[in-house]
Amino acid sequence: MRIVIIDDSGLRATVLEEGLRDAGYEDIHIVPPRGAFVARLERMAPDVVLMDLGSPSRDTLEEMLIVSRALARPIAMFVDQSDEAMIGAAIDAGVSAYVVDGLRKERVKPVLELAVRRFNAFSRMQTELEEARTALADRKVIDRAKSILMNQRALSEQDAYALLRSTAMNQGKRIVEVAQALITASDLLGGI
Amino acid sequence: MTTNLRIAFLPLNDVAVLAAARERGFAEDEGLSLDLVRTTSWATLRDRLVYGQVQAAHMLAPLAVAVTLGLSQQPAALAAPFKLGVNGNMLVMAKDFAAALAPDPVARLADPLGTAHDFAAAIGLWRRKPIIGVVHRFSSHALMLRYWLASAGVDPDRDVVLRVLPPSLTVEAIHAGEIDGFIAGEPWGSAAIDSGMAEAVAIGERIWQRGVEKVLAFREEWLEENTETTDRLLRALARAAVWCDAPENREALADILAESRYVGQPSDLILQALRGTIVPRAGDASVSSPDFILFSREATPFPWRSQALWIYSQLVRWKMVEASAETQARAAAVFRPDVYRRALAGSDLPMPGASMKLEGAVGAPLGVGSRKGDLMLGPDRFFDGRIFDPERIEDYLAGFASQH
Repeated sequence: MRIVIIDDSGLRATVLEEGLRDAGYEDIHIVPPRGAFVARLERMAPDVVLMDLGSPSRDTLEEMLIVSRALARPIAMFVDQSDEAMIGAAIDAGVSAYVVDGLRKERVKPVLELAVRRFNAFSRMQTELEEARTALADRKVIDRAKSILMNQRALSEQDAYALLRSTAMNQGKRIVEVAQALITASDLLGGI
Repeated sequence: MTTNLRIAFLPLNDVAVLAAARERGFAEDEGLSLDLVRTTSWATLRDRLVYGQVQAAHMLAPLAVAVTLGLSQQPAALAAPFKLGVNGNMLVMAKDFAAALAPDPVARLADPLGTAHDFAAAIGLWRRKPIIGVVHRFSSHALMLRYWLASAGVDPDRDVVLRVLPPSLTVEAIHAGEIDGFIAGEPWGSAAIDSGMAEAVAIGERIWQRGVEKVLAFREEWLEENTETTDRLLRALARAAVWCDAPENREALADILAESRYVGQPSDLILQALRGTIVPRAGDASVSSPDFILFSREATPFPWRSQALWIYSQLVRWKMVEASAETQARAAAVFRPDVYRRALAGSDLPMPGASMKLEGAVGAPLGVGSRKGDLMLGPDRFFDGRIFDPERIEDYLAGFASQH
């Protein structure tokens, strides 16, 4: 069974490909949806095409599936109507699968389930990475605000932080917002 | 008690009525909380609707017909009781290609028939079969473009390549030379012109003065089971549409649409099309096209069955569906004037008395029969002067036979 993954994100495609290989699928190709990807896809004659539901290129792919003369067998979106939970899970995870005519449901379902799990794992990873990045950026802002307070008001680091925190609590804001406002104000007033 | 509704949309100016209903309190007044789900492809919007992830969607009118007829993946009976707008599309071509047409873009836009013939002549001179981007096979844009090209003897399936790509990628694709032009809803045409790579060649409103565009589509089953919620939503949208059409609200509307959760393009670019001031070539003066997009006046949201049938006629014409009485009836039934009437019976909006009309027969603003209020229909001519009579579709189609 030849599986083609159409994906913008190199990392997500790799995460998915690894999962499929671990599960014993070998004939796997990754095609980014750019330029003449439709022609490449036609040459590959895939049995299953996996695509990110959020990719703007889905309309282009579906058009190709309608008009392509190069594909020996028609390909249509795979949906198991008897399994609503599966449909919901696939849409939530952002996976769409297109399958050649005649491929049995039992053969496709494990591939789709695996894709759903891997897509979910990937988006969790992304969220964690994003959170870590934000936390780092926030810490830098807060550190700078603290050093402004320490210099201008001769506070200790601990007191500077306590002041930021109590101000944030009083104003119903996040500490990083108060810190950012302080930095902006300080810059406007000529900085330190 | 507040009812929560999820509605999918694509980032385009004509999401205006939905955005305004949410942002200006019209939905809230009806006890609705709208969760508008931004989507990047029509395929995903369709899937979200068909598989019940959303209750309604901002959908291309021809796509709603196509899904119902089983032409676009999983068949599902859809129902469209409300049009979200009329017109709003623009065809732009790369500067080099446009150079082979009338040099003055204003003259081009004013004379769609002449421009179509110039376009036909330019095809053979171009370095390849021209590749024109369309947003979807089942889009009003694609049907309008086919209609316009065919009027000059161009076979859109043979003489040009119609390449499907999402509106948000059109500007990039023209820059990369992957396409030679595209037809899309605003603000994408203006964005390509603004970047200096393309020029306006035709405006939807000059091809068909009142072209059917986006509808609010539901699953028919859901619509029948949730009549009360549907009615509240339609009332909220009708009021939002009035707000969107008022000239004094356009700047506020453009600011709403400019937000990244809606269209995410510069407010002034969006405002141009809302105002009907089109800049046909970067640096040129703008052209006034007051009917570039309509939301409310002339009973714009009313889903005329004749317009669903016009779509059907074009699907038959381009061999996307086999003609049959049964298919025709199913296509017509996608548009639901009965639901519109029920929902808005108590409003002060003019209410058309009929559900079908001749399309393309009104040359100057015309007062017509309405159950209440004064209903004025604006000019709705096709540029070639043809009139679509929904009772005589075969004759209408036979009239095109000599063209290709």
